[in-house]
Amino acid sequence: MSIDTETARKVAHLARIRVEEERLPALAQEFSAILGFIEELNEVDVEGVEPMVSVSPMRLKRRKDVVTDGNRQEEILANAPDAREGFFAVPKVVE
Amino acid sequence: MMTDALNTLTIHEARDKLRAGEITAAELTEACLSAIEAAGALNAFVHLTPEIARAQAKAADQRLREGEDAPALTGIPLGIKDLFCTRGVPSQAASAILKGFKPGYESTVTQNLWDAGAVMLGKLNMDEFAMGSSNETSTYGHAVNPWRRAGDDTPLSPGGSSGGSAAAVAAGLCLGATGTDTGGSIRQPAAFTGITGLKPTYGRCSRWGIIAFASSLDQAGPMTRDVRDAAIMLGAMCGPDDKDSTCADLPVPDFEAALTGDIRGKKIGIPREYRLDGMPDEIEKLWRQGAEMLRDAGAEIVDISLPHTKYALPAYYVIAPAEASSNLARYDGVRYGHRARLEAGEGIVEMYEKTRAEGFGDEVQRRVMVGTYVLSAGFYDAYYNRARRVRALIKRDFEQVFAEGVEAILTPATPSAAFGIGEMADADPVKMYLNDVFTVTVNLAGLPGISLPAGLDAQGLPLGLQLIGRPWEEGDLLNIAQALESRAAFVARPEKWW
Repeated sequence: MSIDTETARKVAHLARIRVEEERLPALAQEFSAILGFIEELNEVDVEGVEPMVSVSPMRLKRRKDVVTDGNRQEEILANAPDAREGFFAVPKVVE
Repeated sequence: MMTDALNTLTIHEARDKLRAGEITAAELTEACLSAIEAAGALNAFVHLTPEIARAQAKAADQRLREGEDAPALTGIPLGIKDLFCTRGVPSQAASAILKGFKPGYESTVTQNLWDAGAVMLGKLNMDEFAMGSSNETSTYGHAVNPWRRAGDDTPLSPGGSSGGSAAAVAAGLCLGATGTDTGGSIRQPAAFTGITGLKPTYGRCSRWGIIAFASSLDQAGPMTRDVRDAAIMLGAMCGPDDKDSTCADLPVPDFEAALTGDIRGKKIGIPREYRLDGMPDEIEKLWRQGAEMLRDAGAEIVDISLPHTKYALPAYYVIAPAEASSNLARYDGVRYGHRARLEAGEGIVEMYEKTRAEGFGDEVQRRVMVGTYVLSAGFYDAYYNRARRVRALIKRDFEQVFAEGVEAILTPATPSAAFGIGEMADADPVKMYLNDVFTVTVNLAGLPGISLPAGLDAQGLPLGLQLIGRPWEEGDLLNIAQALESRAAFVARPEKWW
């Protein structure tokens, strides 16, 4: 399957990665090469095979639904590019 | 002169000398720090932590003086792949998007190592977010393989993604290093640098605090100078962890005690599908010799078939990017790392898009977008669900041969020896992906796999063989690996040029 420039643009936006207009044709070509490689999977008879969910046949561990951590506001904000008054700060979202 | 050689000891040699009081952890640590300082040309260590190392070495010497029950890793200096979060120390997965990030917590695996008395020398180079097979996608620039072709000073790739770990262990900068393996990222660089690399069973080591790439495939493991060291280091790294729900609640066996040297009667499979068209004769020959060595040790060699092998790489290149696109959604310029500068009038969507365009390298962007595509509406069944079905068939192939009594499988580790830096630059991305052709099945099936050096090619570069084991049977796998190691008697070391 070949990917066109328009699809490449759409995928880049879905992935929230800015791709300059002039880069799109080359990107579409790279996608096409990778997807061509992936399409070998169509040769396999997967009738009646369940998609694998987990490699080990084990039930995920569970714990009591209680608070085990908290009160670390300062530590959590320490790596933020912009933090103010105890919050992560971002550009205005609502007009 | 004595102290100069300390950094080239194996972990078990150093352990015995430390316990006997012949050397101190402080001396051993200084020897490694000096070796690292002199090895800038390898670009293996990217963040050094000498203060932490010296403090830990001092504590280790105290512990060694006080009692005879100090754990095996007490005073052993290690390097840590940059993918592991280490408290207060830069941990950026070799990505510009995590520049400046200092975690407020410690990964379970590294905490286990420090609890066992190990010493942290610093953080090691790698491919960005562990996506690569050459260490060339790193924001720190590529690491360099300490090995060179005979009579040729072309810089070679140490492999990837754990390329810095492999280069550091091979060059004697540390006694062992942590790696992670999603499709071959421990075993391929180990093969390229003539060292031993073990990817444990999925769930053996906790993934907590390891920056996620593809969560159903990622697994941490040791990279060491021999099989005994891998057994010792794995024992200290793994164990149950409430912070990772996929980490197995199994007791940690004494892996070193499993090294009995006796593999008589063990059934070792040789999978015919791993014989590729165009595979170099040297690799084919090495593989045959490996089988002979195991036969010589008393094992029974049997031909086996793993019919879905050829679909492993395409399945991997759906599943791994899909999981990566989801895991890497968190790098958005809000909570940590890089945030793009915005122009007047630009809002939050522009912030996300510019931040991720500036912060992610080309290969990471490509995989995140491929993952986004295969998960997008209308394609989810055709790509993602089909790949997960094929994955189930790949796992079933292995289950069938194990059910027939096969205890381990012998294959080449890589389709070639180390290649030159930049040699793959013009190739399309798929060509680079072929590096993982022998290793990726193991991740898809969640099995343990070990790569160990078994010979040199005509240009004097190391070549590795891989042994694949049954789930949770790392002890048995290591024992078989050691039987092969002792017969291959690989003693070559890179000639020091750095």
